[in-house]
Formats: sequence, C-alpha cells, structure tokens
Amino acid sequence: MGQPIIEVRNVTMAYGRLKAVDNVSFDIEANEFFALLGPSGCGKTTLLRIIAGFVSPTSGQVFIDGQDMGRIPPNRRPVNMVFQSYAVFPHMSVEKNVAYGLQVTGTPAAEAARRVGDALERVGLSDLRTRMPDQLSGGQRQRVALARALVKQPKVLLLDEPLSALDAKLREQMQMELSHLQADIGVTFIIVTHDQDEALSMADRIAVMNNGAVDQIAEPWVLYESPANRFVADFIGKVNLIDGEVSGARGGRVTVATAALGKVSIPHDGPASGRVALAVRPEKIRISTSKPGDRDAIATTGTIADWAYYGDSSHLTVETGDGHRLGVIIQNDTRTTIDAMDIGDAVHLSWSASDTLVLDR
Amino acid sequence: MDHWRDHKLAFWVFAIPGTAWLVVFFLAPLAIVWALSFGENISITQTRVTGTLENYGRALLTPVYLQVIWKSVWLSALATAGCLLIAYPVAFLISFVGARWKMILLAAIILPFWINLLIRTYALIAVFRTRGFVNFGLEWVYETLFLDRLFGPFQPLELLYNNFAVGAGLIYVFMPFMVLPLYASIERLDKSLLEASLDLGAGQFTTFWRVTVPLTMPGIVSGIILVFIPMLGSFLIPDLLGGTNAQMIGNVIERQFKSANDYPFGAALSFLLMYATFAALALRAYAAGRRSAAQV
Repeated sequence: MGQPIIEVRNVTMAYGRLKAVDNVSFDIEANEFFALLGPSGCGKTTLLRIIAGFVSPTSGQVFIDGQDMGRIPPNRRPVNMVFQSYAVFPHMSVEKNVAYGLQVTGTPAAEAARRVGDALERVGLSDLRTRMPDQLSGGQRQRVALARALVKQPKVLLLDEPLSALDAKLREQMQMELSHLQADIGVTFIIVTHDQDEALSMADRIAVMNNGAVDQIAEPWVLYESPANRFVADFIGKVNLIDGEVSGARGGRVTVATAALGKVSIPHDGPASGRVALAVRPEKIRISTSKPGDRDAIATTGTIADWAYYGDSSHLTVETGDGHRLGVIIQNDTRTTIDAMDIGDAVHLSWSASDTLVLDR
Repeated sequence: MDHWRDHKLAFWVFAIPGTAWLVVFFLAPLAIVWALSFGENISITQTRVTGTLENYGRALLTPVYLQVIWKSVWLSALATAGCLLIAYPVAFLISFVGARWKMILLAAIILPFWINLLIRTYALIAVFRTRGFVNFGLEWVYETLFLDRLFGPFQPLELLYNNFAVGAGLIYVFMPFMVLPLYASIERLDKSLLEASLDLGAGQFTTFWRVTVPLTMPGIVSGIILVFIPMLGSFLIPDLLGGTNAQMIGNVIERQFKSANDYPFGAALSFLLMYATFAALALRAYAAGRRSAAQV
C-alpha cells in the first residue's frame, strides 16, 4: 500500500455539546471501495460532508492525496459527490447536467463534449441525453448524478446513501453496477449507508460508526465473524447475545457462567473478565430433533416458539427452558426441510464453541 | 375527498358570495369606468357614453400626458429594479437563517403593513426633508470631521419633492411585496442543488447565476409583477413626496376625477394603463409558454 488517498485525523464535529463526529481517525487507500456504515444519526453523513468540504470540522484535519484540506472550499477539492436526493439540476437537460462541472471550470468545448459522451455511455444514458430530469425515473436520475460526478474524473467519489430511494430489485442491480464501475475505472469510492447488505456486498472495507465514533474498521467478513464489540455484532447481521460472567481463563480458553447455558468453555485470545456477552450467529446454530454428538459443542434444548418462512431459509425462535430465546436460521436446502419440524416441537440446539465470541457487555 | 359535483348545493353556497362580491364591487365598477372612457361631458354633472375615441386620442396625442406616462413607467421600472436588488439578498438571508431568526425577520418585513400607508409616507418626509434625519446625520458627520472649517457651513441636501424621493418612497412601500415571493421561491429551492454546483467546481458567483437565479425565476417574476403594476398606478406617494414637478400618471388621473371633473378623460387614462399592463402580462405568458414548449 502506498500513500493513502484520504487521511482523516482526529476529526471532531461538535454542535454545541452534541458531538456528531467524535475524534475519528482513519486512512483510505487509493482505489478502495470504502463504506461508512451506521444507524441514522451516527455521524456518517456529517463525516462525508466534512470530506466534501461542505462543513468544516470543529477540530482535526482531512488530507486528500497528501494535501491538507483545511482551507480548501468544496469547489477546489478533487472529490465529487453523488447526493442522496441526487440533486440533479431540474432546469438542465441530462447532457447539460453532466457538462455543467466541465463548463464552469473552463474545460475546452471539444474535450468536454467527448468526456460527457463517454460518461453518459458508461452509465447507459446515451439515448436520453436531451431529456429533462422530470422526464426521468429515479434510477435514471441517479445515473445522471453519477455521470455528472464521474465526468470530473475525481480522485475520490463520495456517495451519500445512493441507493436508499430505489426499489429492492433496482437496488440490487445498482449494487452490482457500482461494484463493477469502481473496479473498472479505479477511482476510490466512499459510500455512506445504513444498509448493512449494501456495505457488505460492495465495500472492500467498512467503518462501523456509532454515536459519532468509529467502532471498528475491517473487511466485511471480519466485521461479521469477529465483531469488535457488542454494537458491531448486533448492528451487522443477526446475533444471539447471551449474558454471562467470566469465572476462569486458562490456556487460550475462558470459562463463562451463564444462566441460559450453564458453564461453557470457549476459545478466546486476549483478556476477558467480569460480565460479558456470548455472541453466536443464528445460522451457526444446528437444530435437530435428536441429541447431537459433537464433543466441542455448546448444547441446549428448547421448543420452537416462532417460525418465519423466507423461501430460501427459515428464521426460527427457540425458547430454552428458562424463558431465554435463541434465533436460529435454517437453510431450506431440500423441498422437505420445512416438514421436519413445526412450532411447539421440542428440539436440540448445538453450536461449535469456536463459533462463539466473548464480547464486553 | 368528494367531488364537488356530488355536492352541488354546498358548492354554490360557498361559491356565490365571493363571486357576487367580485362582480358587484370589482367587475361592475371596472366596466363602468371602461364605458366612461368612451364618453363625453354634456354638462357639469352629466356625462354620456357616446362611443367617441376622442379621450384616447387626447391622451395619446398630447405630449404632456405621454411624458407623464413614460416617466411613470421608467420611474416604476427603476424602483422595481431597486426593490429586486435589495429584496433578493434579504430573502436569501431569511431563507438561510435558523427557524427562530426566520420568524423574527419575516415579522420585521410584514410589520410595516400594520401602520397606515399615509403615516409611513409622512414619516419619510421627516426623514428626507431639509431639516430631516438624513441631513442631521450628514451634518453631524460633516462637523465631526471638521469639514465645515475647510469648506464652510454644511449645505443640506435637497432630498424631498423630486424624482429621487418618489423612487425611494416606492421602494420603501413596495419592498415587502418583493421580499415575500422571493423568499417563498428561495425557501423551496433544494439547497443540495447549490452544494452540488459547488461540488462540481463552480464558485459561489457562478452557482448564483447558473443555479439559484434560474430556479428562483418564478419568484423573481411574481415579485416584479406584484411590485411594478401597483407602482405604475400609485398616486399617494408621488403626491406627498413628489411635489409639483414629480408627478406620476396616478396623480393626473386623480386630478381628472376630482378637480378637473373630467370623468371620461380620467377613465381613458386609467384604461391606457390597464391595456399596457395586460399587454405586458400577455407577453410574459407567451414567453413562458414558449419556454415550457421548448423544454418538451
């Protein structure tokens, strides 16, 4: 890895006593597809707007391509943004929208025309170049916004919740297209989203934000399989959290006493003490009507309390003896999987101790 | 919601009072004045509508009336431009401040409506007259800088009873009618469009001319119409601030109806103003129609 394209250094954005962004630092490498993920109000959009230059942080610095952006206004930063509302100019045709950014910076007409043509082709709007924005669908308007930003050949493309206004099918298609586009043109993308699927499927790395702070920055699979804390585990995907207390630690394993499962021994590096939460993903739990035989498995019994059918999978809620509930996801990998069990059935649950995480509570 | 056709009685009950009011107190007087403009005086108290075009002929062929009409047009145009130049930044500011300041500033714009126009105009006399507040202020600055020792005693500026006073008065009185439609259209403007323009490399100046102005054009046009037309017909402001040599067409019309007792000629002058206004509005509608047709 060379020089990071974006360096965020101790950036804080305070509105009165409220800190929308709280002492955030991270680097983004060139050509990376980077996602800022978090619930609404976590500060991710504010952070994006700080990078774009629309707001100045209360303290801290942003470097783009090694240059301090402190006093640089948005129109002189080598970044371009695709707005959540698309912000396509309603009084200009598709072509004029895309050409605007080149015209106002004095690009020669011939070169501008060529680049506008290329950009429209890339987003598949060549046939609609003379249309006005109110004659376009939401998806087409977004492509205009995308072409308008890309034609500027930015070092970094910022995308603010770009897919939130599209319907589910179109969103999935655009996710693929954005991924391919990014790989194709080799521009750094920073996307802000509250949708974990969007972040997991597109991004090379994801920063999970909560209350203005970055909780964890990692590749998607690391976030999912090794979340740094309870918030990340809970926010990304579904998770069962079981409260317990560490009663001993030896040789890379900790023993945790829980009300739901009794004492369990779990492989765990690093320190752990006091009150903790055990985390296990619902798809890692095996469910059966007969007693399982694994040795290094955590096992319990219960009855099926709820069953949500999703076609490819089913999401079950199993009530264990003392009122605890565990979510279990089973794949409907045969047409008869669904017939094997029903609500009210007594079942055995088990999962590998190594699929269990010990998180601070 | 129910369609009005399903409740014909309710529809008529609500529609008739307003329609009747407009017909009796607006359209009927207008029609009377229009008819009078084709009339002749037959005695001191009587006029008869004879279908003559003599009144219009007199208005259009007597240079002094054309001069007054022409002066009213350019003075109103200048005052409208002044209103626009002052009101646009004000409306912009109101649209961008926080909710609490927005209330206060909007109230400040509307507040003058609570004071009678006559009193406000007299207040302007107190501001502009030779021994008025502007001259007091200038005199104080002049003497504080000891300029009176260099150039002699302060000579007060003649600010009242001229075209300047009428223009300033028009701008002052009609300002709220310009600010409010501008504010409404700027408020409706999606602010992310301005950010998008900056993001694409345009400076503040370019963004203003290429995004803000075109997108707030409906507000600009409404403001101009709302201000220019009543300015053209105003008579109280030029009457009080203009003196004898700064008259507008409104004063001439008023004199025909009162001191000159020539209703037909006053009516013809009024309707000349009316025709000009209609022509301007028709021209605007035609231009707007062409523009929206060009977009399809």
